Amino acid sequence: MIDEDFAFGNTAIHRLDPRIKIIVAAAFSIVIAVADKFPVLLTALPFSCILVAIARLNVKAVLRRLLIVNTFIFFLWLLLPVSFPGKPLFSWGKISITREGIIYSLQITMKSNAIVIACMALLSTSPVFSLVHALHHLRLPDKLVHLLFFCFRYIHVIQREYLRLTNAIKVRCFEPKTDIHTYRTYSYLVGTLLLKSSDRSKRVYQAMICRGFDGTYWVLDHFDLRAKDLVALSVMLLYVLGLALLQWGKIL
Amino acid sequence: MHIAEGVLSAPVLAIGGALAAGGVGIGLRKTEYEKIPEVAVLSSAFFVASLIHVPLGPTSVHLILNGLIGLLLGWSAMPAILVGLALQAILFQFGGITTLGVNTVNMALPAVLCFYLFRSFITSDKRAVVLVAAFFCGAVGVFVAGLLVACSLFFTGESFLQMARMVVLAHLPIMAIEGILTSFCVAFLRKVRPEILGVNK
Repeated sequence: MIDEDFAFGNTAIHRLDPRIKIIVAAAFSIVIAVADKFPVLLTALPFSCILVAIARLNVKAVLRRLLIVNTFIFFLWLLLPVSFPGKPLFSWGKISITREGIIYSLQITMKSNAIVIACMALLSTSPVFSLVHALHHLRLPDKLVHLLFFCFRYIHVIQREYLRLTNAIKVRCFEPKTDIHTYRTYSYLVGTLLLKSSDRSKRVYQAMICRGFDGTYWVLDHFDLRAKDLVALSVMLLYVLGLALLQWGKIL
Repeated sequence: MHIAEGVLSAPVLAIGGALAAGGVGIGLRKTEYEKIPEVAVLSSAFFVASLIHVPLGPTSVHLILNGLIGLLLGWSAMPAILVGLALQAILFQFGGITTLGVNTVNMALPAVLCFYLFRSFITSDKRAVVLVAAFFCGAVGVFVAGLLVACSLFFTGESFLQMARMVVLAHLPIMAIEGILTSFCVAFLRKVRPEILGVNK
């Protein structure tokens, strides 16, 4: 689950400078999150889908991720059309489904999917370390950059630690049930995980000090902005600007 | 619980973003450079712990542990939780860029609250006080998070009222579980490594 499934590939999107991907993903997310006109949302979805197509992401994997987001949306569909004030379309006794409620739910569904698909194509197609590096260039505070680096670096290590612990309780015939024994076992497991992590972080820090760490991070690979990147940036930002104009300009 | 992208209204997103920026700012200022690795590795531990599913009757719930995060990290919980959520957004699109602020505030503010409410009880010498305080720490963390999620939905539109109610209701059983787990976990930490909770031997 914590593997970077989409991050490695050799398509135009994968080769794009991560700084550009972050800027476009942020601009697109913000515009779509605030937008509410259907023409805008209808124009936004193809943008996301085209990006996914260019990145040649595995369709099954994309759909699987969309399914998770849409379970939340599904609950909205159960509740919103019934509770939204407006003209009733159908009614059974006290319950009535309103036209406005359906429109509102449809808007949310389209917004949510457009943003998630775009972020899959733009953010998940870069290794996390390059994204963090890019955020550093985009002036994110140093401490936050360090936190992101370390946190992601150690998630896999801690997860292996966790798997070792769960194997240890499994070979002792542990079977999770709804009882105090299960909850106690899980709490001790979490406690052990926290202690091991705390100890490890101290060793890591000491090792860094030994190697002359003075608060500066040296990065070995550098980004270079090529003409292609700038063209891609302008095209995508123009598209987003177009969406914003369609929403707030006096075109429609 | 994450709120998906595209659901909340612009004012809610903006207020969430501003509060998160302020809180994370305070958190970063209170986190010295030599503490960064510890905060980061603990937040990876909480990231991994949040993938644990604990059985509850016929279903299972995943752990949140924001009360415990607050207890261990204080204000540093703000950036720690932000980092965890940012990674979830990048790695598997749980939440996203625009909801990052709201989701961070919803999870991390209760964590900081728990730190101030319960930290002094957790360091008490009486075992019963520690156990009870830890239970409430876990429960309150989740409950306030649920309330904040409900508020974010409600302030987006009043038609979300039912959804908001359901969110709070759904958090009640999780409250109990988080309370029990936090209680056991704190008891364990007190026995094995009291320093991590700020207790001097």
